[in-house]
This record gives sequence, structure tokens and C-alpha cells, in this order.
Amino acid sequence: MLIDAVTLQLGYNATLVAIGAALLGIAAGASGTFLFLRKRALVSDAISHATLPGVGLAFLVMTAFGGDGRHLVGLLIGASLTAAFGLWIMHGLTRHTRLAEDAAIGAVLSVFFGFGVVLLTVIQTVSVGRPAGLEDFLLGATAGMLYQDAVLIAVAGALAVLVVWALCRPMTLVAFDAGFAAAAGVNVRRVDLAMMGLVLAVTIIGLKVVGLVLIVALLIIPPVTARFWTNRSDRVVVIAGLFGGLSGFVGAAISATAPSLPTGPIIVLTAFVLFAVSMLFAPGRGVLAAWMRHRRQQRRIHLRQGLLAIAQDLPIYERYTLQLLVRAGLARADGVPTELGRRRAEKACRDESRWAVARRMHSHESAVSRYDGLLPIEDVLTRDEIREIDRQIADVGGECA
Amino acid sequence: MGGEFVMLSLVPILIGVLAAIACALPGNFLVLRRQALIGDAISHVVLPGIVVGFLLSGTVSSWAMMAGAAGAAVVAVLLIELIRRLGRIEPGAAMGVAFTALFAFGVLLLEQSDTSSVHLDVQHALYGNLESLIWVEAKGWSSLFDPVALAGLPPELPRIAIVALLMLVFTVLFWRPLKISTFDEGFARVLGMRTNLIGFGLVIMAAIAAVAAFDAVGSIIVIAMFICPPAAARLMTNRLEAQVLWSVAFAVFSAVMGYVLAGYGPLWLGADDAVSAAGMIATVSGLVLALAALYGPHRRSSGSPAEG
Repeated sequence: MLIDAVTLQLGYNATLVAIGAALLGIAAGASGTFLFLRKRALVSDAISHATLPGVGLAFLVMTAFGGDGRHLVGLLIGASLTAAFGLWIMHGLTRHTRLAEDAAIGAVLSVFFGFGVVLLTVIQTVSVGRPAGLEDFLLGATAGMLYQDAVLIAVAGALAVLVVWALCRPMTLVAFDAGFAAAAGVNVRRVDLAMMGLVLAVTIIGLKVVGLVLIVALLIIPPVTARFWTNRSDRVVVIAGLFGGLSGFVGAAISATAPSLPTGPIIVLTAFVLFAVSMLFAPGRGVLAAWMRHRRQQRRIHLRQGLLAIAQDLPIYERYTLQLLVRAGLARADGVPTELGRRRAEKACRDESRWAVARRMHSHESAVSRYDGLLPIEDVLTRDEIREIDRQIADVGGECA
Repeated sequence: MGGEFVMLSLVPILIGVLAAIACALPGNFLVLRRQALIGDAISHVVLPGIVVGFLLSGTVSSWAMMAGAAGAAVVAVLLIELIRRLGRIEPGAAMGVAFTALFAFGVLLLEQSDTSSVHLDVQHALYGNLESLIWVEAKGWSSLFDPVALAGLPPELPRIAIVALLMLVFTVLFWRPLKISTFDEGFARVLGMRTNLIGFGLVIMAAIAAVAAFDAVGSIIVIAMFICPPAAARLMTNRLEAQVLWSVAFAVFSAVMGYVLAGYGPLWLGADDAVSAAGMIATVSGLVLALAALYGPHRRSSGSPAEG
């Protein structure tokens, strides 16, 4: 069943929805990256909640003019109008009062959502007997989606991807360093506006598929996930798009296999699984990689301390140190060093005293600043410099301390 | 209207007022510490909590669900912290990752389990059911002194009353450490205060308020009351003492006005049915904030240049 779903064998509509969700995921992941890099990820939460009154108002207006209140395009236009209004209010609150952005976000999302709920109850009483189905916008519902709605979502998703691709360069510049972007002649305000417009568009497209409570996840989780894999902002955009698209596609496909698997939550959980895997196992920034780096450093320090102890004929009490020395063939289990161990100990000791001299010489300041207690001196200084240091050691007659 | 008012409206209004106060008190400190969205995160996370509580206990007993919700709130706070530390991710994004995933998990769990026999769904979690908390036994104002009728009060009322009292006690008892650590964390640390413990305690108190208020009124009011009254109060004064009093006043006003407008407003306009009280309370609190943002005496930070 699942294989059927992922390989698009579940019927025309489910396939279209899965493709639409994938395009939506790509657009959301890529445009969410710019929000994330500007540290404004939760702004999208305010935008998505502010769509609810728009949906309600659009329904009421369309019904009042005798039309079908459930017409998707009309509902989405209403949603984008109030979302833009909410964004404007939020901007005004942070700009013209001393409230911080998080308070403005929270105020807009709760008040707009509350008013939206009021409108929903009004609609319930207006359209007695004929459920408006507007609750679907809360959590998304693709099960009974009309064919033209699925096409609309797929086309809009593709358009959003195109816009991201076209504006990628200036948006990356602004997200990364707004001051530099301004100096480079980019109109920061206009790019910011375009970025917000894009996020708004993605939110609106996602309303029907993921729902307004969870669409924010598609804008936040993929960029955060992508950040684990690279340090380069342009790659974060691409990888976030890939992760978003993958979540959208796989999530929509899984959800199509059974009625009790709601689309929005499944897409979000898919994205979260990708996030958790990345956080744990990504090379470089992942938890496992960091832990292994930590262990390796620990081993190197233990070995070094063990060798220095050998060089000074001190007994080794630390069991882990001895274990490592034995494993490397530098000492026997009773603590007596092997021939190789003695040679390496001598070398470690020589390194140590060379560094001690180098620290006193001003000409090696930059090299010394890189010294972490383990760095072999041959890696940073030339042979002549080391010979000079050795000469000084011979003068003083220093031994390793 | 005496008898009918006591039976239908008195208890919901009281619950609304108490829930608003319970959320607004810790909300003051959250807004000042720029942690306003913690309330948002917690109130989303309550959903998986109550579902797990229901599945484990097998009943709709409020205590099991509240325990589940409180557990979920703690899990959420820890998860946010874990993502922030392990992944080295900014707090806003970490919060966004954690609460959306937990909420999605809650919705999925709800859809997968058979909850059709009990009143447990996402809509209820989001906008509560304030109107249904009527006091069936009440005959009129005299019922307030009738022990038999008082025993029939909805259990949500004493519960939220206890939590509101708890918030009040917490705010008064820890006033000094809360105030100092909110405004000058470094100074608080110099004085020997455990600032991270204070911060964690504040978040836990907010979670308790959110869970209790959620049980009665749904999560929109929780978020709105955490943020709007304190934010509006912040624009009215520079003194924390006055700000807390203003926020309580705004919270009470929003709860009462919202309930009255939702229950009676449509009747005045000629419609037959009431609209969502929870939504209306949030809306009123938003209007209060809007007025404060436009006309509040301290709407700009002191020392910043005047507009124009």
C-alpha cells in the first residue's frame, strides 16, 4: 500500500495532491530559509493564524452575493487579505510601540485567530444544515479535494518555486547580512517585502493541504534541518527545498493510504523525522559527529599525558590512559613502556619543550596562538625555526616539565 | 434576568475572568523577558498531552488529562531546550520545530484512537467550550448560599480558582527575584539568585496556568491572555507594579466584555444564536491592545525620539 502511494499508484487525484504537496514543500522550505536566517521564523505563525478571519469573511461575502461560499479561490483571496493585514499590524506594533516582536506575533496570532473563530460560529448559524467545511482549513484535508483545487495548488506551488529561484540571490544577501546588502545596492525594504509576500503565498497555498495550525512547520523545520548539513547559505536554501519537498511528497502519499491519517500532521511528522535524523547523524554539526570529535580529542589528550608521564618516569594511575597506551602498543599492561613508547615519549617531551621556548619568542606569536597542547610543532614552524629553538634549549639545558 | 443569568452566565463569566487573570499574571514576565511565545508553544502541546492522558487512563477524567497536559508541557520545554542546545539553533526556530511536531503527533493520535464516544476533538482543544459550563442546579442568586446547589457547580470553576490563586501567590512570593531577574539578569546573579531556576519556574507556572485555563476555555484564550493584557499594560506605565495591576484589569475587562458581547451581542443585532465566547474574549483583548498601542501614555520606550 505504501509502495503504491510513494510510486504514485493510488489514483489520479492522490497523485496530483502528492505532487502539489511536494511543490509546496519545496517552496516552503526554500522561502522559510530566508526567515530562519533572519531569525524571524515565528513570524510565519502569525501570518498563518491571521488567515482564518479572511476565510470566514470571504465565505460570508460570497454567500451574501448568492454564490457558493466554498469556492476555493475566493476563500484564499480573503485569507491573503487578512494575513497581509495581520502582518501590517504586527509590523506597526514592533515599529511604533516598544513591544518586542515576539509579543506582536503572539498578539496578532491569538486575536486574529479568535476573531476567526467568532466568524466560524457566525457561519454555522448562517448556513444551517449545510456544513461549510471551513474547519478543514485548520488542519488541512486532501481527502475530498476537488480536481481543480488540486491543480490550483500544484500550479501555485510551482509558481512559488519559480519566484524563490528568481529572487534567491538578493534574498540570500539580505538574510545573511542586511547591512552589506544595502551597501551593495540592494533595496533591503523591497526584498524584505518580497520575502514576506512569498511566505504569505506559501502559507495560503498550504492552507488546504497542511492547514493553518501546522503550515508554519513546513516553513521552519526544513531550513533548520538543512542547517545541519552545510554552513553555506545558498546550499541551505537548496537542501531545505529538497527536505521540504520530500516531506510534502512522502507525507501526502502516506496520508493517502488510509482515511485516519490526516495529511497535515503526517507531512509535519515526516519533516520532523528528517530533522531528528539530521540533528543526530549529520556530519559536522550533528550530535553524533560532535560526540565523536569530543571522544577523539579526549583520546589524544590521554595519550599525550601518558607519553609525557613515560618520559619523566612517572607511574600512570589513570586506567583509561594506560588502556590507550597498551592498545597503541606503547606500553605493557603493567605500565612498563615498550621501545616504541619510549621513542614516542621522547618526541612528545621534545615537542613540549620546543613549544615552551616558542611561547617566549615574539616572532612565533601567531603560531603559538594556534597551539592547543597537542599540535606537533613541525606542522606550524619551518625546520630552520625549530633548529633555532633547539639551540636555545641546548643553551638553557631545559628538560620537559 | 436574575435566575437565568446565574444559571447560564455567571459560572462561564467567572471561569473566563479567573482564567484570564491566571494567564495574565505570569504573562507580564513572559512579555518582558521576550518569551511571550512560550505560552503559544505550551498551549499547542497541551493537545497531545490530553490525548495521551485519555488513552492511558481510558476515561475522560479531567485529572488524568490535566496530568497528561502538564507532562506534555514539561516535555515540550525540555525538547525545546534540547534542540536549542544540541542543535545550536536559535530559540524561536527551536520552539517552532518542537511545538508543531508535538501538535501534529497529538492530532494523529487523536485520529487514530477511538474518541468518538467522548467529547475530545481538535476544535474543542482550540476554542474550548465556555458556554457549556452552565450551573444546572442554580435557581437564582440565592443559590450562592445553598450548599446543595453549590455542590453542583461545574468542577472547572474551583479548579481554575485554585490555579488563579496559585498564580497570585507565586507572583507575590517571588516578586523580588522575578522582577530583578527579568530586568537585570546579571545583577540578579550577583545577588546570588539562581536565575535559570527562576526562569524555569516561571515557565512551569505558565504551563500550569495554560493547562488549567485550557481545560476550561480552550487554547486561544490562553495565548491571547498570556500576551494581550500584559502587552497593553506595558504601554500604560513604566512601573512593574502598575503594569501587573493594569494587566489584571484588562484581562477582567476582556473576559467580561467578550462573554457579554458573544452571548448578547448577536441578540441585540437581531440574530438568534450566540457566537464563540472564547473567540470574542480574544478579540476584545486585541481591541484593548490596539487602543493602548494608539493612545497608551508609554507606548514608546522612554528616551526614544517622538514620532514625526
